[in-house]
Amino acid sequence: MTAPVRLAVDLIACDGRGLCAELLPELITLDDWGYPLLSGRAVPAAQRGEASAAVQLCPRLALRLEAGAAGRTSGSG
Amino acid sequence: MTRSALGARTVSRLLPGDYADRTLARHLARHGNRPSCADPRRRDELIAEVERAGLTGRGGAGFPTAVKLRALAAAWPVPRVIANGVEGEPASDKDKVLLAVAPHLVLDGAAGAAELTGAREVVMVVHHSVREIVDHAVAERRAAGTDPVPVRVLTAADTFIAGEASAVVHWVERGVAAPTGRPPRLGGSGKRLGGGGKHGPGPALVQNVETLAHLALILRHGAAWFRSVGSPGEPGSMLITMAGAVRRPGVYEIETDTPVGGLIELAGGAAAPPGALLIGGYFGTWAEAAAALPLPFSSAGLAPVGASPGAGVIAVLPRTACGLAETARITRYLARSSAGQCGPCVFGLDAIAGQLERLAAGGGCDLTLVHRWLGQVRGACRHPDGTALMVASALRVFSAEADLHARGWCSEDRP
Repeated sequence: MTAPVRLAVDLIACDGRGLCAELLPELITLDDWGYPLLSGRAVPAAQRGEASAAVQLCPRLALRLEAGAAGRTSGSG
Repeated sequence: MTRSALGARTVSRLLPGDYADRTLARHLARHGNRPSCADPRRRDELIAEVERAGLTGRGGAGFPTAVKLRALAAAWPVPRVIANGVEGEPASDKDKVLLAVAPHLVLDGAAGAAELTGAREVVMVVHHSVREIVDHAVAERRAAGTDPVPVRVLTAADTFIAGEASAVVHWVERGVAAPTGRPPRLGGSGKRLGGGGKHGPGPALVQNVETLAHLALILRHGAAWFRSVGSPGEPGSMLITMAGAVRRPGVYEIETDTPVGGLIELAGGAAAPPGALLIGGYFGTWAEAAAALPLPFSSAGLAPVGASPGAGVIAVLPRTACGLAETARITRYLARSSAGQCGPCVFGLDAIAGQLERLAAGGGCDLTLVHRWLGQVRGACRHPDGTALMVASALRVFSAEADLHARGWCSEDRP
């Protein structure tokens, strides 16, 4: 079993393009201004691949995966 | 010493009675020489003494000073000590007053912290209004050979956000007074308060100037002396700024756990019957005056109204003034004070301020929407979070006023 990971976003880098929320609607929604709200829970094993893809496809390189099961839902950088 | 009818008293540890005491000669006459902390074999022992004293950061966050000292004593590369005298909070004056009347006490604390952590330099980041006083103090010490490491003075950027710890490091290292989202580095392995990556700025002890002044006295007189005033849980004295409707607004040095009502008496009493208090500053908590007046001024004591001392501000709002108008004004100020780096802070605080302005003016305001936004604002630093907590407390405390406004009334007497 692999160690739990969760998504985090660098809100200084984030521009609110919204790609991540389209790729991972189960884990990322958008706030009223179009910036990602992260669920804060560990990324389920079945979605690791999609999460990695979202991290790599972020046009601002603002999304990352980090170790840890739980975290703030706001996902400050 | 001043004592109020309720038994509240001022203490005089940090603040001398007289501006003339700010010279090096008068400082030494008052406090004696600074004991050296340079012996590396005594470092652990001295840091343990600071821990026993129970000194916590006086900039608002209240983090234990000994924990930072211990982490940085093991840091590589060698850290720098940054004395944070930015005080961008408009309601607070304590750091400016401290630097104006007792700059050498702060510099002694910075020198002690530098020895305890093996730091290579001290950087004083100070509000522009006290820059010349601090420059003069540093020159006096240079001539006397007082300090163990070089001391630099920088004028702080004159913005609210410039005092945030990562923004202070950013200012010192890159000349940019904006938060980085990376808390100041406490060690060589990328160890930070709150976690973080291993890249970025060098290790730094960022400490509020009042904290350093207390440290200077603990290194002279020990933990038991420090703990001999104030509450056992949050010991010592602290500087507070009394603002708003009090007869003698200004900075006072008090024992922790003094009842809030006693603090108002020390400040000459309320200038008008108080309705609500903003406790802790612009990131603080609104509380009904009647509920807050009997409570001891400490984190534990203020818990029943959800407040904490923060940076030591108490602003008194008269019963005849409109709390919603004041909240809208402060929220707009905070929205304008965003560093402008994170979208949810830029757009969220502006949107919340806009709704509160409509509410204050008696126009239509969607409070459900405001509450939704209070849960959505966030960013790389605590600026949006602090603002949201203040606004949430206002909506609790001024809910009756909000109902009045919804019906086109306001309790404030308007011409």
